[in-house]
Amino acid sequence: MNAKTLSLSLTEQREARQRRRTGYMYLALIAIGLAAPWFAYPVFLMKLLCFGLFACSFNLLLGYTGLLSFGHAAFLAMGGYCTGYLMSEHSGIGPELAILAGTLAAAAVGAVFGAIAIRRQGIYFAMITLALSQMLYFLFLKSPFTGGEDGLHGISRGKLLGMIDLSDNLAMYYFVLAITVAGFALVLRVVHSPFGQILKAIRENEPRATSLGYDVNRYKWLAFVISSAIAGLAGSTKAVVFQLATLTDAHWHMSGEVVLMTLLGGVGTLLGPFVGAGIVVSLQHLLSQSPLGTWGGPILGLIFVICVLCFRSGVVGWLKVLVSRNFR
Amino acid sequence: MSATQSLRASRLAKAVAIGLFAGLAATTAQANISDNEVRIGYLDDLSGPYSDLAGPGGYEAIRMAVEDFDNKVGDKKIVLFQADHKNNADLGANTAREWIDRRGVDLIAGLNASPVAIAVSRLVEEKNRFAIVSTAAAASLTNEYCTPNHIHYVYDTYSVSNGAAKAIVANGGKTWYLLSADYAFGHAMEEQVSKAVAENGGQVLGKARHPFPTSDFSSYVLQAQASGAQIVGLASAGSDLVNAISTAQQFGLMDAGQTMASLMVFITDIKSIGLQTAQGTQFVSGWYWDMNDESRAWAKRYHERTGNMPTMVQAGMYSSTTQYLKAVEATGSDDPKAVREHMIKTPINDMFAKDGRVREDGRMVHDMYLMQVKAPADSTSEWDLFETKSVIPGDEAFLPLSESKCKLVNN
Repeated sequence: MNAKTLSLSLTEQREARQRRRTGYMYLALIAIGLAAPWFAYPVFLMKLLCFGLFACSFNLLLGYTGLLSFGHAAFLAMGGYCTGYLMSEHSGIGPELAILAGTLAAAAVGAVFGAIAIRRQGIYFAMITLALSQMLYFLFLKSPFTGGEDGLHGISRGKLLGMIDLSDNLAMYYFVLAITVAGFALVLRVVHSPFGQILKAIRENEPRATSLGYDVNRYKWLAFVISSAIAGLAGSTKAVVFQLATLTDAHWHMSGEVVLMTLLGGVGTLLGPFVGAGIVVSLQHLLSQSPLGTWGGPILGLIFVICVLCFRSGVVGWLKVLVSRNFR
Repeated sequence: MSATQSLRASRLAKAVAIGLFAGLAATTAQANISDNEVRIGYLDDLSGPYSDLAGPGGYEAIRMAVEDFDNKVGDKKIVLFQADHKNNADLGANTAREWIDRRGVDLIAGLNASPVAIAVSRLVEEKNRFAIVSTAAAASLTNEYCTPNHIHYVYDTYSVSNGAAKAIVANGGKTWYLLSADYAFGHAMEEQVSKAVAENGGQVLGKARHPFPTSDFSSYVLQAQASGAQIVGLASAGSDLVNAISTAQQFGLMDAGQTMASLMVFITDIKSIGLQTAQGTQFVSGWYWDMNDESRAWAKRYHERTGNMPTMVQAGMYSSTTQYLKAVEATGSDDPKAVREHMIKTPINDMFAKDGRVREDGRMVHDMYLMQVKAPADSTSEWDLFETKSVIPGDEAFLPLSESKCKLVNN
């Protein structure tokens, strides 16, 4: 009896230690986030954060629910176009409301897409999401409000709450950082909630989750909607930062890129998507201005091959194994 | 707080203060340098489908212009950057933004693909810098998307399609069949040509749109053949154009007396198709290396450096960069407003254009040429590919200001 209590308290102690360590890590990351614009170009950092958040939304589906959506670009673009349209046509509306509207629009699209797609599993699910996102791409291409192939340009950044001028890169950066932290906190909350536990149960063994009495489809649908809303949030923020929204965001290449980011960083790890987005975005950024520019595709491909062969759980997954092996 | 801790804290505070101060100092220093250097960023497709017509060759052309200025305007150094935007508006606009924010770039040149060009032109307007668009074709750049901070130099969709239609109808090509790529670029050209053909007394017998990109053109070419039209107009570019012309040759359209009119063609396209296949094709170009002594001399220099003959876009980049640097020299400033004003005032006479002028909407107006691809027997050298059929005066080639929707034009 005594020995059992002792071992229990030992586990508890270890868990408490781990929780504390994770807490410190998040604090350190936020501190880095706050200090970063003094050391790097804020617009580049904002791009990184937007794509990190986008990959994070994708990871919620793939990593925690086991759903491979191959049409995530649709939500990114929906958010971007909606926010962009509102900011350029109705400049009275602040960036915060426009971003909220973009997020809701993406969530609405996600609700429809999700309701259709979750009826099938595996490759069929992926293909349905791809098909639906291509349909939306066509709609964006033909609708007058998106500017077709030219895209939406000259979106004003506006004033946050009517007070803070976001045309200053630094102000914009902290706004984006706040949005990203909020989006990440939402994912964190979802993953660690009882709801998240059920999602993980569905990922591990769907028939078993059904047999335990859970309405699996409702959980999957809700996860899909949350994920599309966060993707929309990322797209909306991105449109305000770059002051443009184009078909690049809606193209299936973007859906593929987010898969790449998530797998590189580590699928099913909370910080993996950010690391993956960081690698992909930095490489694009560095290579586009170097003599190696034309080799961007092959270099990224090579990194992906190495990642798949050597650390299949992604960079963060691999680091986690390293840490747990060396620091207990 | 213990002594060591407070020491550490004060050190940290000092470090932060020094860091902040250094950051501030760096920005002010940069602003001064920006005044003492003319910085040009070349932003274009360096690796993708358009890298032949602009790409690394365009950078070389701009470098030639800078070297002709001995790398400096007065005593101010000229600094050149280049980047690949991969025809992606996000990447293009971001690179331009970083150049402006961090490197104080004054002029952004090149700019292919209309979404990228429009995005960058809106950016330079907001940041008050200058851009010269040479590669992108969209006529909207000086129409609904015109800004007081950029000019459009070499050609546009209006001048190549409208100009070609007018000139070919005037030369006797009365009946047309139009084959266009099914996207904004193809649609715009199709509309332009239909209008121009009808206005000049010709007739469009039929139209077909093909997906972008298409590899099998046989059914479209057969439709064009069956229409019996004298002229088969191709509103497509790059590989589509090459495929369409090759297929038409295989089906014997040219042998049966039909003429291919291509609306968007570059010397590099014809070089890769070959004279045997492309012979007789008519098109409009803004420049050809074998036009006059000046163009031949410049093209020879370019050929020595790159092993290729320049396209009209690359020649335009040399010319526009030279004109920009002259304007900076004359006004003694790199202020976009002053430079643009000077460029509007000064007629352009160089290897690229004779009596060219920049209009208030940013359009550089110059003569365009109706060209025809030579038969292999008439070609005397590797790059002797075209002959000039007629000259389209600048005022007829480009969209008249009276029809402009540009905010800088009082209509």
